[in-house]
Amino acid sequence: MEKGFSPVGLRVLVVDDDPTWLKILEKMLKKCSYEVTTCGLAREALRLLRERKDGFDIVISDVNMPDMDGFKLLEHVGLELDLPVIMMSVDGETSRVMKGVQHGACDYLLKPIRMKELKIIWQHVLRKKLQEVRDIEGCCYDVGADWFTQAQFLGGGEDVSFGKKRKDFDFEKKLFQDESDQSSSSKKARVVWSYELHQKFVNAVNQIGCDHKAGPKKILDLMNIPWLTRENVASHLQKYRLYLSRLEKGKEIKCYSGGVKNMDSPPKDAEINSGHQSPGKSSSYAFLKATETDPKQLAPASVSDPTSGVHMPPKAKKTRIGYDPPNSSGVFDSLLPWNDVPDPLESKPPILYENSFLQQQPLPSQSSYVANSAPSLMQEEMKPSYVNEDEFLMPQDKNSTVILQDMDLSAPFSSNATSNTDSIPGSLNWELPEAHHSGSLDTDLDFTWLHGEHFFANSGLQNFQFQDYTSSTSLLSEPPPHLWYGNDRLPDPDEYTLMVDQGLFIS
Amino acid sequence: MQRQVALIKQSLFDQGYLDEQFMELEELQDDVNPNFVEEVATLYFKDSARLINSIDQALERGSFDFNRLDNYMHQFKGSSTSIGASKVKTECTMFREYCRMGNAEGCLRTFQQVKKEHATLRKKLEHYFQLARQAGPKETARRSK
Repeated sequence: MEKGFSPVGLRVLVVDDDPTWLKILEKMLKKCSYEVTTCGLAREALRLLRERKDGFDIVISDVNMPDMDGFKLLEHVGLELDLPVIMMSVDGETSRVMKGVQHGACDYLLKPIRMKELKIIWQHVLRKKLQEVRDIEGCCYDVGADWFTQAQFLGGGEDVSFGKKRKDFDFEKKLFQDESDQSSSSKKARVVWSYELHQKFVNAVNQIGCDHKAGPKKILDLMNIPWLTRENVASHLQKYRLYLSRLEKGKEIKCYSGGVKNMDSPPKDAEINSGHQSPGKSSSYAFLKATETDPKQLAPASVSDPTSGVHMPPKAKKTRIGYDPPNSSGVFDSLLPWNDVPDPLESKPPILYENSFLQQQPLPSQSSYVANSAPSLMQEEMKPSYVNEDEFLMPQDKNSTVILQDMDLSAPFSSNATSNTDSIPGSLNWELPEAHHSGSLDTDLDFTWLHGEHFFANSGLQNFQFQDYTSSTSLLSEPPPHLWYGNDRLPDPDEYTLMVDQGLFIS
Repeated sequence: MQRQVALIKQSLFDQGYLDEQFMELEELQDDVNPNFVEEVATLYFKDSARLINSIDQALERGSFDFNRLDNYMHQFKGSSTSIGASKVKTECTMFREYCRMGNAEGCLRTFQQVKKEHATLRKKLEHYFQLARQAGPKETARRSK
């Protein structure tokens, strides 16, 4: 997809209530060969964005605007549209910048802004796209993903249960569309290895008999899928091989099986998987890295009860660690292609899956998962998933985004069942065929989980101002009048609380 | 003529009225927008006049809502950075400091300074642009490249 990406013609929306800056920025951006749209009001900007859902690649917005707090705009954009947003301000105070980051800004620029800074903003767009693609790809490898079956992914994914994030869903849809429509310069058509497709692949490989002899060409022929190319198969094969080899190596690897409390011993897992034994492992590409068996047992709860409101992060699909959908054991059997992928995995029924699968991912350093994630991850995740408010957010759903940063604590992790989610985020280094996924794994999802994790808020993490931010779950409350520029403006009840950190806001 | 213009501009920098931002603006000026800098400056003065009015009114009311004043000044300062109005910016910062301290008298005093610097800059720039226009648009554009 990168091939199709070009900084030229990047569609930028600039939002700033200062007409002078708006004019200057417009000129600067045009000089960068971007396609610029300017907007003097945050509300207007939102309207524009919503109207033209795919009309923009990136948003640059000032922090201080009369009709809406820039941070709020940032949240809206992130939540609804998942576009990268850059914040600007003449104020470079640490707390402000931090707030920006916490709200999901992918960058924060100080005024006066220089051309050279604007010249490279396209990196944020590219980065985001890459992450999205990886996420999608990852999910596709979860052949046995319950998510797949339930989501009827094959059908184009129209009905994704489990609170898959809307944006992911939309993106995937686009992915399908993109296959036939190459007009989008930013998305190259990608093969989505759905469950069925993968099954065909596996069957073909089986037929050939031994993966070493199976070459992409042969497999392709056997599969008999007209639009599939040799390259697609080759790359998928490579990943599959990697997966298999890891399976072999990781026989003893404990997999955290979602819902299994003690994932320490394989046998237990086996039980848990009740009968999924081998199929599970072969079907799942991802399995946990041994280390962490130390289950963050956190997850368990969720597994056992998928509907506990832990919405299974749609992303989970990707890294499923050996997902093993409880209900679809049959499915896996058919997948079992290789002899060499024998039992081993059973030990770890990666069931995790379901909602909690993420949790299991034993992050080597849970405590620092936050830290480890690449900063960009944070951003992705940061997007508060208010959309799924009900599901994700715990009563305190403060902007969990904020919390994430603090998250470095291991303490919170054990605090509640759902806390396992934190483990997932950032550093998922699952042994996925797509090794490089680690960074972007399910970031969004995970975070959505995280968002709701109340413990974040309570865990005594350093309280960023945000803690106060969403003191009301609905996030609605009237900001103290004095916060508004000129008292002549009445707070808009529809707006989130301006608040946040009133003191800082003023400064 | 051109040299005169150049000298005037240089003195504005030397005396600290303008900073690098102004030069950035000049770099943006091109054939598509041959009078870009002047347009921006005009826009700035128009918008900032409005802000000054608001602050004036707020101060006259005598209620000293420091938060509000600070907000206005924040905007004003942001605006002033757009053309590189260096001295104006400095006074703005002072004003905000007084706001933070809740020092009404300091605010009043500083605000006078803000207005003074603002007016001075305006005059100087108007003079500068006038000369620059007379010296010839081409030269201006070339000079700014």
